[in-house]
Amino acid sequence: MTKISSTKMGPNGKPVRPFVMPTSFVGKLGVWKYLILRRFVQISTLLLFFGSAHWAWNFNELPIISGNLSSSMLFGFIPLADPFAVLQILASQQSLLTEVLIGALIVLAFYFVVGGRVWCSWVCPINLISDLAGKIRKKLNIQNALQLSRKFRYTMLALTLILSALTGVAAFEWISPISIFHREIIFGLGTGWAILLGIFIFDAFILKDGWCGYICPLGAFYSIVGKFSLLRISFDTPTCTHCVECTKICPEPQVLDLKLASSKGYISAGECTNCGRCIGVCPENTLQFDIKLWMTQDYQQHLLAEEASRNSNNPTKTDLRRKAA
Amino acid sequence: MNSTSLKARRKFLKGITQNTAIAATGGLIWASLLQKEARATPFAIRPPGALKEDDFNAKCIKCGQCVTSCPYDTLTLANTSDQIPIGTPYFIPRDVPCYMCPDIPCMNACPTGALTPELETIEDSRMGLAVIDIENCLSWLGLRCEICHRECPVKGTAITVEHHPRKLSKHAMFIPLVHSDACTGCGICEKACPTDEAAIKVVHPKLVQGSVGEHYRLGWKYDSSITQQYKPEELKKNAPVKAESTGLDWLNTGEL
Repeated sequence: MTKISSTKMGPNGKPVRPFVMPTSFVGKLGVWKYLILRRFVQISTLLLFFGSAHWAWNFNELPIISGNLSSSMLFGFIPLADPFAVLQILASQQSLLTEVLIGALIVLAFYFVVGGRVWCSWVCPINLISDLAGKIRKKLNIQNALQLSRKFRYTMLALTLILSALTGVAAFEWISPISIFHREIIFGLGTGWAILLGIFIFDAFILKDGWCGYICPLGAFYSIVGKFSLLRISFDTPTCTHCVECTKICPEPQVLDLKLASSKGYISAGECTNCGRCIGVCPENTLQFDIKLWMTQDYQQHLLAEEASRNSNNPTKTDLRRKAA
Repeated sequence: MNSTSLKARRKFLKGITQNTAIAATGGLIWASLLQKEARATPFAIRPPGALKEDDFNAKCIKCGQCVTSCPYDTLTLANTSDQIPIGTPYFIPRDVPCYMCPDIPCMNACPTGALTPELETIEDSRMGLAVIDIENCLSWLGLRCEICHRECPVKGTAITVEHHPRKLSKHAMFIPLVHSDACTGCGICEKACPTDEAAIKVVHPKLVQGSVGEHYRLGWKYDSSITQQYKPEELKKNAPVKAESTGLDWLNTGEL
């Protein structure tokens, strides 16, 4: 009986329901849909690079993808390159061949469409480590031992470019645990594991999502790209009960500013990694993947309709035009 | 101004100061790390066409496409545990030398130009320079070996065999000589050397090669390039010339 009396109401007048993990396997798959997909993409990316380098996986006698995440050649003719690495090399006053510049533009265009930090949650191998650390942290209920601003990564981004210009070498590429890990998996292992262990310990015992959420300048770079990208998490305001299940699971909870989201109709922050965790746990299906252009159109129409119903006594010009149409 | 906004402002300023402090400390450590990593070990044996070390380190994106394109698995990328700038390609000739593919696949695979596409033939590459340890070279010990000479892909120009007639030694000797103007540094000689530890080694030219300077004249070699090409440095055009210096040297201009 206390349960009924303590039932909270959301701002939309509906009762707040907590997220309950479905008991059936199919239901669980529905919640984990994007997690499974992400793991699949992450591991198969690693495997494609490894297979092309070691088992001669090929397409028309050309390696499927040679190189690594810094720069590679897909099917022997599509160049790909890490735009941030290229930016650093350019910052260190070096000229580059057009091949790598084209590669960087292709990758940049790709992340412009699918969301900047899709790199972080769908491709970057460090995500596996930081997610594992997050899981252990949750189980042991560890509190943060350090306070840092989420904006610190932008300081790191600026620092990377300044140091590249001053020292004449691509500053982040020389210490990047992402490149080191990936390189050492593909081209033979060294002591790169120590760096991974460092990130794991930092994320697990010092700061939640410490590396990816606060420090990584590559993540900061893709956050800026993500600000303009097209694939977004749409936010359906009328269904949201503010149960904040999404905020609890989100690795970048500051992006789930529900007020901002309901005024925009989608999660507008570039720091959103499009990982899709929030979609799985939302009990009201408020959050979905969608394309920004369509969403904004839909949303503007929705706003107009709302306005029209409010001002139904004295119809606006838009309403009149719509009636005429 | 009320106290809450004052507090908020303080907190904001504090936050900014702390962030800057972390960035500054981190930046200093980071910069010193870069200096150490990128500048301290400039003597790696690089793939053909590599730019000079500083430019190479700056331009190499560490993608390893040269490594995967090498048909002999010669190249490796430096690990965190190696003493070579991290992530950059190098090779150890005694393990696997460069077999000097005429189409230079590693250079063509390089997307950034760290391995310069200006290299026309593989014979123009200068990966290193072979150096003979004359104390342990079998030929210098008086045996007939000359394996390095016979294995050399540019034999006759990069490695020649000189005949030393018997004088004080027991035997006449046939000794291999390396010529830096033709040696590509491929390391096939080092791989082939039959001694326990190779008596011919490919090293970075900077470690062993001197430079004569333009001012020495080899008087007995009239056709030598050094003698013929030497031209004294041109005087500075705008250098001030004393007006009274003609015909008088400075001691005689004074009261003496």
